[in-house]
Amino acid sequence: MFTSPKSRFPALLFILAFAMYAAFFEGLPANAAARTFDQGLEKLTQKDFNNKIQGLEQIVQSKDPQVEKLLSALLEGDLYYTQKDKEVVYATKSDGQYTTTGVLSNDVTQQVGSRSIRKIGINNNIRKKLKGWLSLLQLYHGPPRERADAVYRLLGKLSPDMVDSLKDLYEQETSHKVRQALATAIAIDTLKTGNNEAKLSALSQLKGSLHPAVKTGLINLINEKTSEQVQKKATKILQRIESRIAFYGFLETLFFGLSAGSILVLAAIGLAITFGVIGVINMAHGELIMIGAYTTWVIQQLLPHHLGLAICLAVPGAFLVSALSGIVIERSIIRFLYGRPLETLLATFGVSLVLQQAVRSVFSPLNRAVSAPDWMSGSLVLNPILSLTMNRIVIFFFCLFVFGALFLIMKKTSLGLQVRAVSQNRAMARAMGVPASRVDALTFGLGSGIAGVAGVALSQLTNVGPNLGQAYIIDSFMVVVFGGVGNLWGTLLAGLSLGTANKFIEPFSGAVLAKIIVLVFIILFIQKRPQGLFPQKGRAAG
Amino acid sequence: MKRLSFIFDDKLGIPLLIALGAAMIMVPVLNLMVPETNFFHVSTFTMSLWGKYLTYAMLAMAVDLVWGYLGILSLGHGVFFGLGGYAMGMYLMRQIGTRGEYGHPILPDFMVFLNWDKLPWFWHGFDMFPFAAVMIVLVPCLLALVFGWLAFKSRVTGVYLSIITQALTYSLMLAFFRNEMGFGGNNGLTDFKDLLGFSLLSDGTKAGLFAVTAGCLILAYLACRYLVSSKLGRVLAAIRDAEDRVRFLGYNVETVKLWVFVFSAGLAGIAGALYVPQVGIINPSEFSPLNSIEIVVWVAVGGRGTLYGAVAGALVVNWAKSYLTGALPDAWLFALGALFIVVTIFLPKGIAGLIRLRKEAA
Repeated sequence: MFTSPKSRFPALLFILAFAMYAAFFEGLPANAAARTFDQGLEKLTQKDFNNKIQGLEQIVQSKDPQVEKLLSALLEGDLYYTQKDKEVVYATKSDGQYTTTGVLSNDVTQQVGSRSIRKIGINNNIRKKLKGWLSLLQLYHGPPRERADAVYRLLGKLSPDMVDSLKDLYEQETSHKVRQALATAIAIDTLKTGNNEAKLSALSQLKGSLHPAVKTGLINLINEKTSEQVQKKATKILQRIESRIAFYGFLETLFFGLSAGSILVLAAIGLAITFGVIGVINMAHGELIMIGAYTTWVIQQLLPHHLGLAICLAVPGAFLVSALSGIVIERSIIRFLYGRPLETLLATFGVSLVLQQAVRSVFSPLNRAVSAPDWMSGSLVLNPILSLTMNRIVIFFFCLFVFGALFLIMKKTSLGLQVRAVSQNRAMARAMGVPASRVDALTFGLGSGIAGVAGVALSQLTNVGPNLGQAYIIDSFMVVVFGGVGNLWGTLLAGLSLGTANKFIEPFSGAVLAKIIVLVFIILFIQKRPQGLFPQKGRAAG
Repeated sequence: MKRLSFIFDDKLGIPLLIALGAAMIMVPVLNLMVPETNFFHVSTFTMSLWGKYLTYAMLAMAVDLVWGYLGILSLGHGVFFGLGGYAMGMYLMRQIGTRGEYGHPILPDFMVFLNWDKLPWFWHGFDMFPFAAVMIVLVPCLLALVFGWLAFKSRVTGVYLSIITQALTYSLMLAFFRNEMGFGGNNGLTDFKDLLGFSLLSDGTKAGLFAVTAGCLILAYLACRYLVSSKLGRVLAAIRDAEDRVRFLGYNVETVKLWVFVFSAGLAGIAGALYVPQVGIINPSEFSPLNSIEIVVWVAVGGRGTLYGAVAGALVVNWAKSYLTGALPDAWLFALGALFIVVTIFLPKGIAGLIRLRKEAA
């Protein structure tokens, strides 16, 4: 079974030939192939999409080594042609200038203005064809994982000739992963074409597969008139596949729910602290989150080539910036309004407006995108149904980390002790020598700092803009109230459960209605239990 | 005469009543009778603008009634204003008839656009003005009744109540943004043609609307003044200052709160209905939490618990807003934010408080 890449090559040619629907070009002499490539390129510069398709078919048939690069460039929109002599070039844009490299004259690189070249436009039809061709090309080189993916992409789109080639390929393939992928592809075809016995063995082959094409193949098979035995087995396998799909769907919703919930917790937990201690809604809390997100953006602008480092620095950076802002707000405004919660609510709302407008004036009203480091982008693919995005996984664990750190601060440090004392009974704490107003300021700083840290996390999920915080203030408050004021565990549980509930309702009602349903639920819940899930104990509770 | 003596309970309200009465008569006259070249001519634009401010003033008064006298800080009064506005908008939409873009005799344009084949059930009856007029008051009142009943019966107070009202207006905003709700979604209701047969484009109708708005504001002021000067008014103030004590004295605090809240919602609904024909559009942004909290600032600036303060605050702040957004677009949010902070810290009684202080000193 040992085969070198070279011995795989004839099969490759074979598949390509059929895929191009033009077997008659097979075996062209070398210079003829080069001519086909040139002709194809020429047709690409024409306006008519049908001509472009013809040109692309010729290019693929030519088997020129550049084919793959050319097709991916076209798909990405990086393929242009010069206005003057209609030469096809690769081009990348920077500072309004284009750097072009000729397709045929490979080594000539030029700087040109945007006027002198035109992009080669494609439509959806061409895009679809390009993707198919690229998948086929990828079957022959690259790591096994990519080749297996290429096979899976082709599932359900295979013509009979291509299946024959796949069978040849299967015989020669060494990688287990790719063999499995090929076996699945061949088995799907057997369901359509094979005799009863072959169908039965194909069914056994497909037992555990979750790929959508397998499901379609099974449904088609059941609708056909086949032997009872095959029917029975197919139905059983289909049921099993469907229940597995449902299970993984459930897991996916749960993941998205927990992810949404962890963001709610991050946004709300700082509010839980300030509200629990001072008993005041800080309406500028959302803007402190926004400040954290902008800090992340600024640090990333300063360190454009070290994205990972920038994110890691942004966490303490955002904490400090937001905490300082929070302390300034507390010392300059909130301090004068203790005991008048409604007035504090209005004043902090004023602060939030000022902060929003300040950001708009300083950074412009446009949204800023914060890029993700490598270890936070992409996703963890568990199977064809279930894939978890890395940034959400990281944020979920980050949320748990922040919660843990905060929990330790509140339970194990003297600041935490004083905070709890003041929140339970301010007068008594003061009598025992706790500097209540200093504790107020520090608590407010702590809560604000955590809002800033939440902003770092949010900057990885959405664009950073002046309105970033506004969306979170009502949700955060709902989480705090639902969980019980001044109770960290309550906030964690409330955030995660509200996020999850939201995601589970969404498929039935749509995103907006799900949000409304959750809001109405909380409103009704507060009517029944104004103290939340975990009521505060002690005298302050009354 | 004795029955009307409540008007003089708070003498600062008298100049306001006189000013409103004069405006009600003079502004339409100066707009319609005085030629444009004359110095005293009031342009239609100015008149409509101040007509809009007057509806805001009425809304502010509704908020003042519950906040200044009852201690309920509602951050969701925009909901009642918006619902009244939508009810009026629905009537105006039905009046368009075949003059719409698509010329459908019954369906408003946006429904034709969404390929709906028949009118949703809740749009029936809005072709008749009396029905719409009832709905303008009834719908906000009903929502306030249900919401207030739930909130007050379970004794949700203070900050909690404020945030729930904010959540209410937030969720209604989200709901009204949906096309499926049947209220025109994002774009809301607009492109109105006429009201009770009068073209909304003519100066005469606009002058009439201004006069009606000013008249309604005077009536609303009198009604609110009567309410707060009566024995009930003293109970309201007592609830605001010491709710538990009033309860222990045997008053049914929840019922009092509920009905005053419902009354206030009805006033806001009427204000919304007067707002829509003068502005020519109603859309879900009326429900945005920022809008509702802005109302509170008008009241705070004018001085809460005075009624006339709310009217003055609404007029002053909105005039400043129009001026600032025109002159220095970036400055408005700074100014509004600063207003929130300055008024709550330095001027808890607002402009009315300042004037009163000066009178007492003199």
